[in-house]
Amino acid sequence: MDTFKTLVVILMSSVLVNNYVLARFLGICPFLGVSKKLNQAVGMGIAVIFVMLMATAVTWPIQIFVLNKLGLEYTQTIVFILVIAALVQFTEIVLKKFIPSLHKSLGVYLPLITTNCAVLGVTINNMIDGYNFTQSMVSSLGCGLGFLLAMVLFSGVRSVIDERLVPGPFKGLPVTLIAASFVSLAFFGFAGIVDNLFA
Amino acid sequence: MNKESNMSVLLKGLLKENPVFVLILGTCPTLATTTTVIGALGMGLAATAVLICSNAVVSMCRKFIPDTVRIPCYIVIIAGFVTIVEMFMHAFLPEMYELLGVYLALITVNCIILGRAEMYAGKQPVGKSILDGIGMGLGFTIALLAMATIREVFGAGTFAGIPVPFIETHTIDILIKAPGGLMVYGMLIAAVNFITKGKAIKKKDFSCAGCPSAGNCHGGCASAEKEAE
Repeated sequence: MDTFKTLVVILMSSVLVNNYVLARFLGICPFLGVSKKLNQAVGMGIAVIFVMLMATAVTWPIQIFVLNKLGLEYTQTIVFILVIAALVQFTEIVLKKFIPSLHKSLGVYLPLITTNCAVLGVTINNMIDGYNFTQSMVSSLGCGLGFLLAMVLFSGVRSVIDERLVPGPFKGLPVTLIAASFVSLAFFGFAGIVDNLFA
Repeated sequence: MNKESNMSVLLKGLLKENPVFVLILGTCPTLATTTTVIGALGMGLAATAVLICSNAVVSMCRKFIPDTVRIPCYIVIIAGFVTIVEMFMHAFLPEMYELLGVYLALITVNCIILGRAEMYAGKQPVGKSILDGIGMGLGFTIALLAMATIREVFGAGTFAGIPVPFIETHTIDILIKAPGGLMVYGMLIAAVNFITKGKAIKKKDFSCAGCPSAGNCHGGCASAEKEAE
């Protein structure tokens, strides 16, 4: 039961409290770039969840069974980014060949994710936090879900701002960032949720 | 593009093409590491070191890296230098290493570095690429320092850890939290827009140039537009 509790806490904290986009500022670029339309935001979000889970499933064993065993921990950054890049390419090729319908909807977003700092960030953070395999997978799922949630919420906000008149210098990015800051403020409300989850 | 003088290559990164406020690259570290002036300085200089080295090597190798696999090559070069910087910092500045934490490793996917490799160093001679790296790196550092100064002075009442009289007792706590970062960044971009009268901002739509994958989607809008001009 305790294991289950830990997993729920990890999931909730990565989705709501330590939301990767709004609290830790990872993956801001796609968050600002692809949140203009709801369907794009959802597509990107799902693709990110998918890649995060795959990346964690591959990098965790590599770190524990290869790098740590051989004393090559310092090559972590290089190895992880290469693994992620190769994985994304591989996924794209496999999807194109075997599940063309899924490739059609996710395909455009996949290459965009290779250098998304959220993916590299989550794999490295899992190692820093010393999670075991299940915990790492849950934490990645949580981060992905948190990213999706932030994207979907923000695409709604964006659709409203884009129709409004704003003062010249604030047009475009500045007003978007300020709106994002309010969305981020809203997430502060979740701060206590993890501590009181099983109280 | 070859006609520009060395001086202008160096200086354009500071204001005219400031990577943070005009090109809108490297947003993640900009927001995450600017809660303290010291952190911002460390991040800026670490990224500058990586940028100069990677620009130099990418430019040296530009003749024999095949076009189709250039992005993975650039990533490996960058990740290598990030690891070197990381190890140096771990050895000589352990406190800074702790402070920056995961964001140090994430310099690898900092869009400024990949963006400059793709937009500039991959096409220009070594000397100019190094100058571009210095200029862009300093522009990044200055932008981070500006953000961090506003956030630390008004949010925590200190400057680089030294208390500022009066403000110290009247802090706006939210500025050093996540929402404050986004807000200060938005305000500063608006201020730069106001000063440049929107001339600088017209060049790019942040949907593409602003993403770390600008290199990945084969050149990105920013470089395409610059080429067209």
